Amino acid sequence: MKLAGQGTALRLAVLSAPVFAALLAAFAFGPYPLSPAEALAALWAGPSAESDAATVVWQLRLPRILAGLLVGAALSAAGAAYQGMFRNPLVSPDILGVSAGAGLGAALAIYFGLSLAAVQALAFAGGLLAVAAVVFVAGQVRRHDPVLVLVLAGVAVGTLFAAGISLVKVLADPSVQLPAITFWLLGGLNAVASGDLGLAAPLIAVGLLPMLLLRWRINLLSLSDEEAAALGVNVVRLRGTLIVSATLITAAAVSVAGIVGWVGLVVPHAARLLVGPEFSRLLPASLLLGGGFLVAADTLARSAAAIELPLGILTALVGAPAFLWLLARTGRGGA
Amino acid sequence: MSVLEARGLAIGYRHRPVGEGIDLALGAGEILCLLGPNGGGKTTLFRTLLGILPPLAGTAHVLGRPLDDWPRAALATRLAYVPQSHAGLFAFTVEEVVLMGRTARLPRFATPSAHDRAVARECLERLGVGHLAARIYTEISGGERQLALIARALAQEAIVLILDEPTASLDFGNQLRVLKEIDALKARGFSILMSTHQPEHALRVADRIALLKAGRIVGQGPRALATAEALAALYGADASEVARSLPQLARA
Repeated sequence: MKLAGQGTALRLAVLSAPVFAALLAAFAFGPYPLSPAEALAALWAGPSAESDAATVVWQLRLPRILAGLLVGAALSAAGAAYQGMFRNPLVSPDILGVSAGAGLGAALAIYFGLSLAAVQALAFAGGLLAVAAVVFVAGQVRRHDPVLVLVLAGVAVGTLFAAGISLVKVLADPSVQLPAITFWLLGGLNAVASGDLGLAAPLIAVGLLPMLLLRWRINLLSLSDEEAAALGVNVVRLRGTLIVSATLITAAAVSVAGIVGWVGLVVPHAARLLVGPEFSRLLPASLLLGGGFLVAADTLARSAAAIELPLGILTALVGAPAFLWLLARTGRGGA
Repeated sequence: MSVLEARGLAIGYRHRPVGEGIDLALGAGEILCLLGPNGGGKTTLFRTLLGILPPLAGTAHVLGRPLDDWPRAALATRLAYVPQSHAGLFAFTVEEVVLMGRTARLPRFATPSAHDRAVARECLERLGVGHLAARIYTEISGGERQLALIARALAQEAIVLILDEPTASLDFGNQLRVLKEIDALKARGFSILMSTHQPEHALRVADRIALLKAGRIVGQGPRALATAEALAALYGADASEVARSLPQLARA
């Protein structure tokens, strides 16, 4: 299974195969089933072709698939960055409270009856606000391991925002608002329109850029602060840059898809087993696997049952056992 | 000229000073060995000399230039730190761990080149562990990890090395192996400041020793300074017990 020693091209090809399979399945499956050949033909025919298949593929499925790729890739990249930076392979992208903050923002927007765009905007802002609060609080604490302080502050601020979410749920109208909040918190791509991606995609690209550029140096953050500094890295600045970019990415993804758990934890972990922990290989592998995984999960969510299953439930159902399997397979958590 | 020099250095944290009045000088091409009990301030002193912890008072110079004048990356090309052999967390290959030593020599956005890889392999070869390059760092022995960390410092192409208890938690064979490599590094012109808990290791490799107790240098000079009485006072032990454990010591 270890691909670390193989050539880059071969490695990417091996990792791309399941992603392409997931994409094909995503275009084919759904309430209006198509054969893979029909799906490809409809794609080939273009968005303006006069057929039901073309409408389904181009109008309904393509935006969702793009959203799945984007959100899955974003959460996985952020997870890979956080796991390295916090020297813990069991960390997920919401370690610093971004999901709780986004959840509170979205819940408030729904409570006040705002538009879908406002729900996304407030979710995004809430996510950034929560992490800003965590970083600010952690910055006030000295004489402790800064990584530990960040994690603890993240837990506390996350709890605070989660309490806020509960409060809004109690106050919300139980027939309309409460289900809306609950479904938002469970995550899903059903409400995604192509316009949403126009906002989220650039934000995610901006967040990914520092990760891409600093991909070698990021490795050194998984050493102790002293070691990294003695190797010539400005640890505080590098960690700060990475927190900002990972937060931006996660908040943008959560604002589009709600809280989709487990992807950002399991995918980087699996990618690390496949290509090793070196970030310049781990990042592309996480992006590919994460995008493919979420597209597959979303395909399952909308075609497995008569009603659409919330995506967050499915990623947890698939992610948690997959994670346990990976854990048992390697025999230790450090891989 | 001293390659690493502390004058009147006070170390520690703002609300918790650890030591003061520390004068220390590491000459070019020599090995200075720091001895002292746990909690004496060795780690804090190293952190200060590496420019990670600002000094509370006094000055530190590296190659004649004040420490706070050195940009982080430039300092790393002159001064390297070898931590105690640690288990590591992620399954980097040994070569990747050594390559991390090249970071200070890379442009900010670059990844290591073929040349960097060649340097990393050569550094492993020089320490006789070239065969470990493709192994997983977390899966090799403690002694091998210590040698890999020394190779990482060599890959930095620094000329001054700070080694934190390089023989700690190694078995006897690996201790000897690491000591032999420290000798070899000196022969190649490196200047080395190291700490150890084993006075016999200081006696074996050091040109000079410094005794650090409760944040103060209580003695600095040639190896002969390490008498049974001096060590007994340093560690709060009985002089005859020290002499029994280390029969090679000179008696004062």
